[in-house]
Amino acid sequence: MASPAPLIAPRDGIGAALQKLLGDDLIEHVFAVGEDSITVRREAVAGVMIALRDNLDYQQLVEIAGVDYPERAERFEVVYHLLSVTKNHRLRVRVSTDEATPVPSIVPVWPVAGWLEREVFDMYGVLFAGNPDLRRILTDYGFQGHPQRKDFPLTGYTELRYSEEDKRVVYEPVKLAQDFRNFDFLSPWEGADYVLPGDEKAGGTGEAPGKGAPTPLTAAEVKKADEAAKAPPPPTPKTTEKPEQTGAGAKANIKAAKTSRDGAKATTAAKAKTPATKKAEKAPAKARAPRKPKTGGDA
Amino acid sequence: MTDSPQVKHHGSDMFEGYPVDTADTAGDQAVTNYTINFGPQHPAAHGVLRMVMELDGEIIERVDPHVGLLHRGTEKLIEYKTYLQALPYFDRLDYCSPLGMEHSYVLAIEKLLDLEVPDRAQYLRTMFAELTRICNHMLNIGSHVMDVGAMTPNLWIFELREDCLNFFERASGARMHSAYFRPGGVHQDVPEKLLYDIGQWCETRLPKLFGDAMSLVIDNRIFKQRNVDIATVGKEDALAWGFSGPMIRGSGIPWDLRKAQPYDAYAKMDFDIPVGTRGDCYDRFMVRVQEVYQSQRIILQCINAMPTGPIASLDRKVVPPKRGEMKQSMESLIHHFKLYTEGFHVPAGEVYVATESPKGEFGVYLVSDGTNKPYRCKIRPTAFSHLQAMDFMCKGHMLADTTAIIGAIDVVFGECDR
Repeated sequence: MASPAPLIAPRDGIGAALQKLLGDDLIEHVFAVGEDSITVRREAVAGVMIALRDNLDYQQLVEIAGVDYPERAERFEVVYHLLSVTKNHRLRVRVSTDEATPVPSIVPVWPVAGWLEREVFDMYGVLFAGNPDLRRILTDYGFQGHPQRKDFPLTGYTELRYSEEDKRVVYEPVKLAQDFRNFDFLSPWEGADYVLPGDEKAGGTGEAPGKGAPTPLTAAEVKKADEAAKAPPPPTPKTTEKPEQTGAGAKANIKAAKTSRDGAKATTAAKAKTPATKKAEKAPAKARAPRKPKTGGDA
Repeated sequence: MTDSPQVKHHGSDMFEGYPVDTADTAGDQAVTNYTINFGPQHPAAHGVLRMVMELDGEIIERVDPHVGLLHRGTEKLIEYKTYLQALPYFDRLDYCSPLGMEHSYVLAIEKLLDLEVPDRAQYLRTMFAELTRICNHMLNIGSHVMDVGAMTPNLWIFELREDCLNFFERASGARMHSAYFRPGGVHQDVPEKLLYDIGQWCETRLPKLFGDAMSLVIDNRIFKQRNVDIATVGKEDALAWGFSGPMIRGSGIPWDLRKAQPYDAYAKMDFDIPVGTRGDCYDRFMVRVQEVYQSQRIILQCINAMPTGPIASLDRKVVPPKRGEMKQSMESLIHHFKLYTEGFHVPAGEVYVATESPKGEFGVYLVSDGTNKPYRCKIRPTAFSHLQAMDFMCKGHMLADTTAIIGAIDVVFGECDR
């Protein structure tokens, strides 16, 4: 690893040890970006944690994070981060769930899980079966909804202010003076996930191209484009040297054909020198008289 | 109470003819437990902490801390920002040690990008991270001693905190919310004079002023009475409750991420890990006091070994060029424009990167989907786990001990509530 991120040595034989210890409960073991992460069966998570703590020396539960993937059937991932103080190693354990299915609580394994699970419940609405105190924790008293879900708007639904008339804080629906603006700075040629207004007229399905789609052309079409480029240019290039070629209409052509009354004069006048320049040329170059020194200054 | 005039007191025959006092003594009276609100506005709560406490007289039976009063939805906001735009949010998490928060975040991005960082940038980051630690401990030590009754040391060591903030200002232009660490390095180089001044300060002013202030406290009888054997936490409990930083070291576990999982230039630094022996508030306090001296050692080593060279990666697909360069070169102009509008793309993947922030393990769990914005950025605060243990640490202690316990946790709500 070239980056200066915390150096954690890979643990020898962790893959085999996990496979042996967890058996069928282990769904997947991935080693990526220098970190071990395993996916386990949701129902077995409490047992898995006890096994990891007691047999593989992961003494500490550092963190429980929720992640929302709305396109998946089980949209939520609950990600546990474990730390072994003696083996100096970190392990990520993940389970997936949906809005209705509870995850077994691991409060009996680590008491610190209590608040961490409460936070995931508060932010995502993931239920934890067996947590003795599954209340909201970070949001306001009486808050509704789960703000970290991807379908929860950034601005929320309610706002509050102190009302001078009522002499108390009042809750109201969010009123934005300006619509929420979310600028998408993704490069258009890397495939934005929206259709620019007007693009739907160019044919196609009207759906946005996939992310990272390099070009809508296929290889065959690229060849055709090359052949088209080889075709000879049209015989007469379009020019607008005559008034008829401007396309302004017959009337304009007639008008343009007539010479205006002082048309010729005007051109000569433009070339003629203006009175001011004539005067300047007539006047011989004369050195300016030197300035008189000021007298009567305050001495 | 079953006390009535009919009931004869045991052995009352002995006192025949003498007046016997049949009124209740102190121990006979049962007092029902009562519940009080500690905070949310309380000077010793170090922010907006509301604790619902059940008291038996003055003994704490149960504590239910209510956090989240400073919840600003940082994690949600970060999902709508590019990687670079999200950086200043980290300053505002733990506003007492802003650079410590930035450190985890930039390292997480660098790990996903597998980005090399020049030596000078690594040394500068290490040095400023340690300066942040001193800055943070000055505030915590000062407010801790003030919570338990001492006024003078706080005033003295706030001078030192002010010095640290001035150094940050000279390096980055901002006293507190520096946004100095950037993915790939630091924002700008420091003048040589600043390094010289920091070195001078570490060698003269810091040990003198800090030593003087601490000499008033650490052997003080009242201070010890308020802290020794208060909220004792054993090794097992410290691990089970997810303690980190000075809290876990106070309990006697020599666990320090700077040593165990070194990042930036920490592998090249020579420093010790102070640990406590009893795991009480006094030990946690003393661990912090000793850490200040260790940080001083690291800063001096950084200054002495400070390499020359670039202060940020030269990979122009991540680190924007300097403004002067941008005015001269077309390519730089394009890079500058692209990086400050679209930002850089981070390859899909996920990392959990934790650093030893002044308060403990501060982690960032970053999930990237390959675009220019984080898909998910979970922040692992230190105080969240520590505050959860308030209930078990306070049980059986007096109400007045709460302030000492909170002071020794070193809690800042910007970070706890996010």
